[in-house]
Amino acid sequence: MNKNLPKWVDLGLIPLLTLLLAFAVSGLVVLSIGQDPVEVVQVMIKGAFNPFGIGHTLYFTTSFIFTGLAVAVAFHARLFNIGGEGQAGIAGVGVALVMLSYDWPHWSIALLVGTLAALAFGAAWAAIPAYLQAKRGSHIVITTIMFNLIATAIIGYLVVGPMQGEGSQPQSERFPASASLPDFHEIFGWFGLEFAKHAPANISFFIALVAALLVWILIWKTRLGYEMRAFGHSEKAAVYAGISPLKITMIAMLISGALSGLMAVNTVQGEAERLLLGSVEGAGFIGIAVALMGRSHPVGVLLAAFLFGILTQGGAELQFELGIPAQMITVIQALIIMFTGSLENLVRMPMEKIFIRAGKGATS
Amino acid sequence: MMDFLTNDLLLLSDSAVRNAIPLLLACLAGLYSERAGIFDIGLEGKMLVAAFAAGAFSAIAGMPAYDGGWEMGAWSVWIGLGAAIIASTIFSMIHAFASITLRGNQLISGVAINFFAAGITVLIGQHWFRMGGQTPQLREGQRFEPISLPFAESLKDVPIVGDIYYQLISGHNIIVYFGFIIVALTWWVLYRTRFGLRMRAVGENPGAVDTAGISVVKLRYSALIITGILCGLAGAYLSLGTAAAGFGKDMTAGRGFIALAALIFAKWKPISAMGATLLFGMLEAIGNKYQTLDLGFVVLPGQFMQALPYILTVVILAGFVGKAIPPKAGGEPYVKER
Repeated sequence: MNKNLPKWVDLGLIPLLTLLLAFAVSGLVVLSIGQDPVEVVQVMIKGAFNPFGIGHTLYFTTSFIFTGLAVAVAFHARLFNIGGEGQAGIAGVGVALVMLSYDWPHWSIALLVGTLAALAFGAAWAAIPAYLQAKRGSHIVITTIMFNLIATAIIGYLVVGPMQGEGSQPQSERFPASASLPDFHEIFGWFGLEFAKHAPANISFFIALVAALLVWILIWKTRLGYEMRAFGHSEKAAVYAGISPLKITMIAMLISGALSGLMAVNTVQGEAERLLLGSVEGAGFIGIAVALMGRSHPVGVLLAAFLFGILTQGGAELQFELGIPAQMITVIQALIIMFTGSLENLVRMPMEKIFIRAGKGATS
Repeated sequence: MMDFLTNDLLLLSDSAVRNAIPLLLACLAGLYSERAGIFDIGLEGKMLVAAFAAGAFSAIAGMPAYDGGWEMGAWSVWIGLGAAIIASTIFSMIHAFASITLRGNQLISGVAINFFAAGITVLIGQHWFRMGGQTPQLREGQRFEPISLPFAESLKDVPIVGDIYYQLISGHNIIVYFGFIIVALTWWVLYRTRFGLRMRAVGENPGAVDTAGISVVKLRYSALIITGILCGLAGAYLSLGTAAAGFGKDMTAGRGFIALAALIFAKWKPISAMGATLLFGMLEAIGNKYQTLDLGFVVLPGQFMQALPYILTVVILAGFVGKAIPPKAGGEPYVKER
């Protein structure tokens, strides 16, 4: 945040320009593999917004809202949580455990229990790195990376070991039918509206919207959120003001882990209805791009998550239509992280020059 | 018992060395970067792009002309190695530009580089070879062959010493021996040269280095060039020096992160880095050989061995066993005082 820059430049123009740069370079990549960028964009938009595609787009969006909010909350306390991948994975184990242990009488109860399990397991997986950061000064980026890899090993063990279902597939038993969450077709049906059948978007989309609202309230309307931002701004000043680093680090990371964990309600309970080997599929990492692009603001996160939902679904379509590997999306994601994150000064430094000079001209 | 020693232990140690080499090279790569004060979680991506460049260019160089190849025969493998080093160094320079010149966030830059590598290698690989992101199987002349050290055959039957010499020390490819030479070289550079002293200083207190009239920017860029070269070697080893004989998508499979773990485990010291990567290589070898490990009182699943390097790193980071203190200026962009 720069005080000398007008707000519309800081929060509007710079993100827009960095995003355009990322897309421009993505266009070059498309050209370099012998494809036409215009055609690629057309295929992606058609794939993401057709009646069936939108159900997938919103499904991916849901996951990205959760992981994006998770990274954003941690960012406010200047903690970089790269552990979304592992936290969501372990939350999936939690969801599977409660779904398989009991035949819940109604989907609403199953949703409540599943949500609680996802929150608890996600938070728990973030708790150890948080504690080690706060108490022992172990760098949270490294510990969360390690915890991602440990989570992969644990899930890999569970789906071929104690939790493996019938058959030789590395997956758990299917959840009972009563645990199945209403999808958009069903929800829209309640209000007499039409929505394509068998699309994976489900009721957890609305949980994601509520989560975004709660995060907004937390960060900007509560004392705790104020403390988190103060801590993120200057740890020394925060300590001087009586804010406990241990408390803020722990709380920020627990909330962050819980939010990542909620993703499992969407993927494990809402779509797969069983524990799979790779159910997170990089959504934890996409959360980093979403939070960076959304400037760690819930509204920004919603918009960025939707953009990545479009990219992910549209990218799947690229493979069908044009034979471009789905890794195209990984490249775009990387470029967005690069330009809105580490290379941001490429745009910011010239902007500061232009606008600060203009500002000085106006006042003198 | 003798059989166990000569067969199992030697074979395990042999694969431990093979597993350790890419880790060791990547770990030393990270050492230069982090000792100079630049965090590098992008080792994985640099290795991956290097592995791809090596596999792709060695294949193209060795292909017959009617397939669009360059017919370079036994030189192919060196073309591959060169391509790997160049590709990895370009990525390292992107990281340097973001971290040093633009003073951007080094962690975010590393994350971006990892993703970019994971995506672009498959995109270009598919565009060039249409093999689902793989590169063509490499043949003789396109990959590094095992080197039989002098007298290995004749000493083979000497008990123990001969076994060790023949099975463990002889019969690796050139990058393996080179890797161990680089350990010694790194130790010498770091502790016995002016460049090494300055590099260590710039990672601890760049302000002091700057005051002494030495360019912080130049030093850090130099360190990251070395990082690029070493990651290039590590990646090239994976596609040119292992049984894979070619590039496969995501073939680094987290080795960049294990190398990072080893670097912390080794407390940013070259000789310890060798020890740490050999240990992690041994864990990998045991995990590959035994599905489950029966220790008598407890049976460990194979996944435990897979996770052990990461668990050990967390324990070390937590400071319960020794304390890992990173270079002080790590991660902080240097802003010259006015």
